[in-house]
Amino acid sequence: MSWKIWSLKKSPWVFHVNVGACNNCDIEIVNLLTPKFDVERFGIKLVGSPRHADALLVTGVGTRQAVPRLKEVYRQTPKPCAVFLIGACPCGTGIFHGGYHVEGPVDKIIREEDPNAIIAYVPGCPPKPEAIISGVVKALSAL
Amino acid sequence: MIEALQNLFWILIFPGFLFTVVLGLIASWIVRKVSALVQWRVGPPLCQPFYDVMKLLGKEVLVPQEAQRTLFLTAPLIGLTGVLLLSTILGVSAFWPEKTFVGDIIVVIYLMVLPSLALILGSSASASPHAAVGTSREMKLVMGYELSLVLAFIVVIIKSGGQLGLTAIADHAPVLSISGLLAFLAALLCVQAKLGFVPFDIAEAETEVAGGVIMEYSGALLAIWKVMQAMMLVALPLFLVIVFLGGFGAGGMDLVQGVGKYVLVLVLIILIKNTNPRVRIDQAMKFFWFYCGIALVAAIILATIGSYYDIGWL
Repeated sequence: MSWKIWSLKKSPWVFHVNVGACNNCDIEIVNLLTPKFDVERFGIKLVGSPRHADALLVTGVGTRQAVPRLKEVYRQTPKPCAVFLIGACPCGTGIFHGGYHVEGPVDKIIREEDPNAIIAYVPGCPPKPEAIISGVVKALSAL
Repeated sequence: MIEALQNLFWILIFPGFLFTVVLGLIASWIVRKVSALVQWRVGPPLCQPFYDVMKLLGKEVLVPQEAQRTLFLTAPLIGLTGVLLLSTILGVSAFWPEKTFVGDIIVVIYLMVLPSLALILGSSASASPHAAVGTSREMKLVMGYELSLVLAFIVVIIKSGGQLGLTAIADHAPVLSISGLLAFLAALLCVQAKLGFVPFDIAEAETEVAGGVIMEYSGALLAIWKVMQAMMLVALPLFLVIVFLGGFGAGGMDLVQGVGKYVLVLVLIILIKNTNPRVRIDQAMKFFWFYCGIALVAAIILATIGSYYDIGWL
């Protein structure tokens, strides 16, 4: 394992992208930073700009309006980076399946931009903070 | 030859680059850990800042298409050089007092502006609207606190009998008088603003302008900014210790006392950071020019009266 990947695992900074979520998964993500879960223990930090990020936490189905923005944000993230799909919507469009405004699922949109993207799925509506932590740990140990 | 080698050792190893970077990263860990404890969290492990810098060095460097490339790439180095020289001069004046030169406090005042100037240069070269907002805020902030900082130094220079060398100033502890205490408190808040900590993190404000001045930086360039900020976390409290609190000694109990003073200043900064909300830029300007300005003018008058009639505590 190269030192780049090793240090990436030690300090994954995440950027939160909402592409049409109902705000429920967003609340669960913010939950991760509270004293109860405190992901800063693992070096995970929420940053304000995709240029600083190592992982994108994507919530929402991927609406038609959001697709070009999501691709832009993915291009702005320095590689190597991982994409986490948080919740049922980005994993498989969930209850919005077949809706007129839905372009998703999000993994398809990301693969259009970069076929070799590292994508991890955390299903649930919304997923528990424990599930999100578990997903991040599994994805990072698979790197 | 020996002279040149010694200078190189000072700049690159101790008290310059290597020493300051390691100490600075540990200091930035202390900041994060104490903040976490204040918020009833566990906080990151000791090596976290080292991991962060290592990871950033391994990442891709993206340069925005419309950015002014040369300036965008060199600005972090300008800032780093400024802090490097600053910490070397401060360290040499603390450990080799006979090697300093007259007027080094003025050089230090100039060097302390360099990191902010480099941030302004780099972010205005990045062609990003968010960074432009951050740039304008940083410029206003610099104009705000520089005045108070220089006034606070005038108090110190009067208190130490018109001395212009760091070593001579370090023999006095102006904080033990009324005017010196006022000047110390004002300078502490100026240092808070220089470090970009809450309540004066207006230029970086992650939740407002998404990182502001450093928004477009990624990879190794961001690592240089982070290292620069960590080094400032050593240099600026050390500067306050030398100027206001009677300085470091070279050996034994003096050194222990000096480290204690440094930790005291650092903890004060962290507590101010954790107990305040972010202020608006107009509030910050008003605070530095109006409130700090009046307090410092009063301090200068007190210090002048004190030195004229030879009253130590004034």
